[in-house]
Amino acid sequence: MLDFIQQLVSGVALGCIYGLIALGFVLIYKTTEVVNFAQGELLMLGGFFAFTFIALLGLNYWIGFALAVVCMAAFGAASERFVLRPVLGSPQFSIVMATVGLGFFLRSVAGMIWGTDDLKIDTPFSTGVLRIGDLVLAHDKLSVIVATAILCIALYLFFTKTQLGTAMRATSENMLAAYYMGIPVKTVVSLTWAISAAVAACAGVLLAPITFIHSNVGLVLALKAFPAAVLGGFGSIPGAVVGGIIIGVIENMAGFYLAQGWKDVAPHIVLLTMLLLKPEGLFGHIGRKKV
Amino acid sequence: MRFIFKTDYDQDIRIFKHSGYWYSYSILLLVLAMAPFVLGNYLQSQLVFVFIYATVGISLLILVGFTGQASLGHAAFLAIGAYTSAYCQQHGVPFVVYFPLAGILTGMVGVLVGFPALRLQGIYLVIATISFGAIVEEILARWESVTHGNEGMKLRTLELFGQAVPRDSPGFYFLCLAVLILVILATLNLLRSPTGRAFVAIRDSETAAKSMGIDVAAYKVRSFGISATITGLAGCLYAHKLSFISPEMFTLLLSIEFIIVIIIGGIFSLHGAVLGAIFIVMIDPFLTTLKDDLPGMIGNLVHVFGADVPTASKVQDQAASIASAPGLKGAIYGLIIVGFILFEPTGLYGRWLKIKLYFQTFPMYKAATFKRQKTYVKSERNR
Repeated sequence: MLDFIQQLVSGVALGCIYGLIALGFVLIYKTTEVVNFAQGELLMLGGFFAFTFIALLGLNYWIGFALAVVCMAAFGAASERFVLRPVLGSPQFSIVMATVGLGFFLRSVAGMIWGTDDLKIDTPFSTGVLRIGDLVLAHDKLSVIVATAILCIALYLFFTKTQLGTAMRATSENMLAAYYMGIPVKTVVSLTWAISAAVAACAGVLLAPITFIHSNVGLVLALKAFPAAVLGGFGSIPGAVVGGIIIGVIENMAGFYLAQGWKDVAPHIVLLTMLLLKPEGLFGHIGRKKV
Repeated sequence: MRFIFKTDYDQDIRIFKHSGYWYSYSILLLVLAMAPFVLGNYLQSQLVFVFIYATVGISLLILVGFTGQASLGHAAFLAIGAYTSAYCQQHGVPFVVYFPLAGILTGMVGVLVGFPALRLQGIYLVIATISFGAIVEEILARWESVTHGNEGMKLRTLELFGQAVPRDSPGFYFLCLAVLILVILATLNLLRSPTGRAFVAIRDSETAAKSMGIDVAAYKVRSFGISATITGLAGCLYAHKLSFISPEMFTLLLSIEFIIVIIIGGIFSLHGAVLGAIFIVMIDPFLTTLKDDLPGMIGNLVHVFGADVPTASKVQDQAASIASAPGLKGAIYGLIIVGFILFEPTGLYGRWLKIKLYFQTFPMYKAATFKRQKTYVKSERNR
């Protein structure tokens, strides 16, 4: 039983990371219907930025964290401006491939700048543990769970209570109508990319003590985050996080209780089953168009 | 400019639109037939890879370009073809049997993938095929009694009618060329048939296709099946060419590479697959020579522009260190993909058409002929 809870908590922590990446997918998908295959690379870059600020420049953890998030937000907006905006309106598959190309590029360039070794950041959560009875929970995993909860609440408040959030929701509902209502759609789309890159950066920094940062970490995680996003219904923000947690728990349980090899396949099997039974996901809905 | 005088409705569906094509393609065929006797071993082997990549590219064009169904799982189909051949060869099945068998088996798997894909559109299909690829890769690594797991499988020399065809021989080259030509002809024939027209109709609008009485589901599954079959055949040749296969060769990156082939070549015509394959396969030796020669050239250039010798050699060292950095190839790949999508969305074949039209209409060429039409994002959420 204790093992079970232990696995559950680390599964939830892992799932929160998947959820945060999936959240980035969903934010971008909702506004522009583009699936950003470079989301994992944004996470990786966030981690590398944090490493540069904290380990190389010796800044305080929190300052380095904040700087990494700000830098990544700017980077996300810039990549939207220079890569995605020119192709907006062309077939979806070519847009997807443009993000794949962006991911390739970022991965290689990061490998060239920061090397191919595993990098490690010393964080306040790296070592401590929390004991509840016999249960031992590492601080790094708890920090991921808490941060995900905080981020979700902040995003929820942002989207429902602020004017900008409302403008973003309007853009995602209908871009053309949003134009007519005077919403600066291009700026809104850039901002969406900025937010999603910032979320990815948060995930990257939080992940740093759990799995080390290396240039391929993004690809590995993003491939698991797709099932998470689909499970929650592509386009639903709470769905992304819930889907991420489910995938994380399933993966961890499969790794612990099943034979070797199931761990990596389990999320994909869940995804395919979900697509067969309920393609719209747990929280999503697919509208019908009248012809 | 050539004006074709049409005297017959059949002219519209002829594979060769006019006699000029007969001449140009015969010359191309002649050149390709002489190539193995003229070129060195390395270039001949690269050409074989061009043929194999082009075959996969054509199978992808049928699915992605003409039926409009995205796939990032073709490496898995290739793997199934390759492993079928390897397994059959180890059990003494002759090539003439296991070559078609690799195609048929892969085609059956393709149909099986096609059925779930019926309910999926756009991005969901991309993700589902990625998952399919990941699952196949894991199966190959774990099903050790058949695939030998991560140790991989070795293939013996191909034997055709009792005659050994080593993988570097002109014989193997001609085998791959013949397969490519047959696949191209079959595909051209397919695309002018009702099936091919149904594929294109589904790509352009599923609703419209449905209302014209096209059984969308059946044709989508058929498209998956045909595409997978061709990829399986290519997989058999690929396995023989490499003579060793292991699961980590057939990852998502290979699928992406195949997609790059058709994006670079041009997604609307079969020429695209061949041009893209040439580009992707030949970029490797090109980059290698560039890596060796470019730093020296930059150093000389700096020297010509008035820098003294130490500065020039320093610049040369800098350039050399950048050129030999690991992962440079990935960065260049990424730049190529993004560059083509941004600036040349119709690919190399589109560029060729533009150049051709420029000379055909020489003083009258209008750049606006190929101007890209921008549309608002068509929502995929409401269909």
